[in-house]
Amino acid sequence: MAETPCSDLSMTEDILAKYPAEEPALIQVLQDVHRAYNYLPCDVLERVAEALDVPLAKVFSVSTFYKAFSLEPQGDTIVKVCTGTACHIRGAGQLVEELERQLGIGPDETTEDLKFTVKTVNCVGACAMAPVMIVGEKYWGSAKSARMAKYLAEGGNDEN
Amino acid sequence: MRIESRDQFEALQTQAREIEAGRSQQVLVCCGTGCLASGAKKVAEAFAEEIAKRSLDADVNLFVKSTGCHGFCERGPLVALQPSGILYTKVKSGRVEEIVEKTLIGGEVIQGLLYKEPVSGDRIEQYDEIPFYKNQVRVAMRNIGRIDPTAILDAIAEGAYAGLAKALFEMTPDEVIDEVAGSGQRGRGGAGFNTARKWRSCKSAPGDRRFVLCNGDEGDPGAFKDRSIMEGDPHSVLEGMIIGAYALGAHEGWIYVRDEYPLAVVNLTIALSEARKYGLLGENIMGSGFDFDIKISRGGGAFVCGESSALMRSLEGKTGEPRAKYVHSTEKGLFDLPTVLNNVETWAGIGAIIDRGGEWFASMGTEKSKGTKAFSLVGKVKNTGLIELPMGTTLRHIIYDIGGGILKDRPFKAVQTGGPSGGCVPEELLDLPVDYEKLTEAGSMMGSGGMIVMDDRTCMVDVSRFFLAFLEEESCGKCTPCREGLRQMLYVYDRIIDGKGREGDLELIERLAAGMQLGSLCELGKSAPNPVLSTLRYFRAEYEAHIREHACPAGVCRELTAFEIKDDCDGCHLCFKACPVDAISGVIKEMHSIDHETCISCGACVDVCPTDSIRTFPKHEIEKAEVV
Repeated sequence: MAETPCSDLSMTEDILAKYPAEEPALIQVLQDVHRAYNYLPCDVLERVAEALDVPLAKVFSVSTFYKAFSLEPQGDTIVKVCTGTACHIRGAGQLVEELERQLGIGPDETTEDLKFTVKTVNCVGACAMAPVMIVGEKYWGSAKSARMAKYLAEGGNDEN
Repeated sequence: MRIESRDQFEALQTQAREIEAGRSQQVLVCCGTGCLASGAKKVAEAFAEEIAKRSLDADVNLFVKSTGCHGFCERGPLVALQPSGILYTKVKSGRVEEIVEKTLIGGEVIQGLLYKEPVSGDRIEQYDEIPFYKNQVRVAMRNIGRIDPTAILDAIAEGAYAGLAKALFEMTPDEVIDEVAGSGQRGRGGAGFNTARKWRSCKSAPGDRRFVLCNGDEGDPGAFKDRSIMEGDPHSVLEGMIIGAYALGAHEGWIYVRDEYPLAVVNLTIALSEARKYGLLGENIMGSGFDFDIKISRGGGAFVCGESSALMRSLEGKTGEPRAKYVHSTEKGLFDLPTVLNNVETWAGIGAIIDRGGEWFASMGTEKSKGTKAFSLVGKVKNTGLIELPMGTTLRHIIYDIGGGILKDRPFKAVQTGGPSGGCVPEELLDLPVDYEKLTEAGSMMGSGGMIVMDDRTCMVDVSRFFLAFLEEESCGKCTPCREGLRQMLYVYDRIIDGKGREGDLELIERLAAGMQLGSLCELGKSAPNPVLSTLRYFRAEYEAHIREHACPAGVCRELTAFEIKDDCDGCHLCFKACPVDAISGVIKEMHSIDHETCISCGACVDVCPTDSIRTFPKHEIEKAEVV
């Protein structure tokens, strides 16, 4: 893991205050932490373990079990390529390759400038629009590798 | 505002229906995930703006509604007009003004926006006349596309919570279970366990505290019916759960929603708070004295959490690892207390079953599989989207009549049902009536209702490898047969796909599969070899071609496939533009050619070629040609 400077724990305290201090809240707390910090910083996990009275090992176990969590800082924009069955047979693999050509990173990697993180996800449930990719919050249906630069540049919306 | 009695509920229902009837025209804009990806939000906003500008005429009450998924995602954004019943497809915001002007005010139909039937080429005006919709019977999805999922009165006007009122004021909890038993409904999440039997088993378990859960962790790639229900009609899920809780005497419920479904979480959250506001959820529901509340839990992105015991561990804040099945979760489920967990679609059907009677539901379907079933029809089929049909409908009817046939009219090869736990059903079984038993006999399963249609350009070895890779990544790792079996199988598949397969590999795969079926802890592990075994059963020759002839007959596996352009190429230049590595050369209107050295066998050219002029052939034949 990369050396992480001490994180601002005040955001963590705000999150912890919203939930009962017990184990069932762990996943919800980690989800909020992930949203606030864009990843799960080590020192925050220690604080969460202490606050919920869960062993740190268990917090790590949960943090590494679920795909929604990352222990590494994530890029500002998450680029997700759906590689569900429908997208797979309609060419999702070509989208992943095109991203690799354009950004120089493969799945689960982040560009050095922390702008983009590429992820492959197993079906986002928009199979009728396959292949689908999501740049930030924006869904692109029937995505084509030839239009990748546009998807990355716009992130936001247009009319397709 | 808060409903304190059945009379008050009925008054609210009347009021909601009057509001609905008072709207002289309605514009229903589909805002499901699929249509949003095609720009539906802008379309809805443009309608609101345009209508606000014009609704000066006092007697014209135009109303725009953002609805859930109409199911016909590929044709999105979809706009349905009421009461005329016109459906416009692929509507862009730039055409909104024209629609308001011509159709809503002028009463004229815009031909260019109507759905074009792929078989006959006819334009179809009416929503209900489009074959994709005409053949459907909707129960779980009864209100999707008709209501604004964020407006509870809309749902109430369409009959939401009427089943709940009937259950609370006319029926005892046991009568509710009897009615569900009479419907014969079986779980819509995969295994198909009888709903009423599950409820009875939970009810007879000792203890005062019990839970009602909804499984919205729809993880099967290729399935999205639960997403559409949660997004498009969250009240149907809530109503089902409240009725279930009443029948079981439970007071606490959870909906476990996949992390990948953000819109579902938003719409469910709104629905919960509205239901509470109206006294349909929380303490003293409708003044009946019954208390029940529901919380939402967002999943962490793990496929295995769709398994019942893993889902419950995840709700407890732990890693989602399944446990052995001899402990029944109906007796020792969440926090080791009696728990009923049903799928989204199962819950969505309960309100209708109580309202209209179990007998009505049981009148549809086959002997052992009653009612209707939602499917997501995707892959290489013309009309992709979400459908609901009576059980027992044949695959042929689904794929050809509703789906409109195979994309580009290519030959049908197989349909994959049941996701990673299911299998591939070949052409000779196209007349198979779809129900739980028939699919299992064919080596597949109902699963969560994904149907992925594959054409002749789909390699069955590649598809099986895809599922293996998915499962290997998602295996929770708790038990050895699943964790190691999948990994070893994947090694064997990788070498087959790379043209290094050996004699005996197929038998090795079968032995590994048998071990996993016998030894895995949970149903996901036991069923993990299904995609492999079903393709071996129906497409063994294709595997053998990979191993013995080092050829991929479908032209998919890259290490085995080379491409060349046939002489009927008309020089349209599309492949030239599509090629990611510039391996194609040629000028417009002249025949193009592919450089085998540069070509990475990705197949992008085949996908774009309008004249089907690109041929695939085994890669080793290039080398032979070069030696000569």
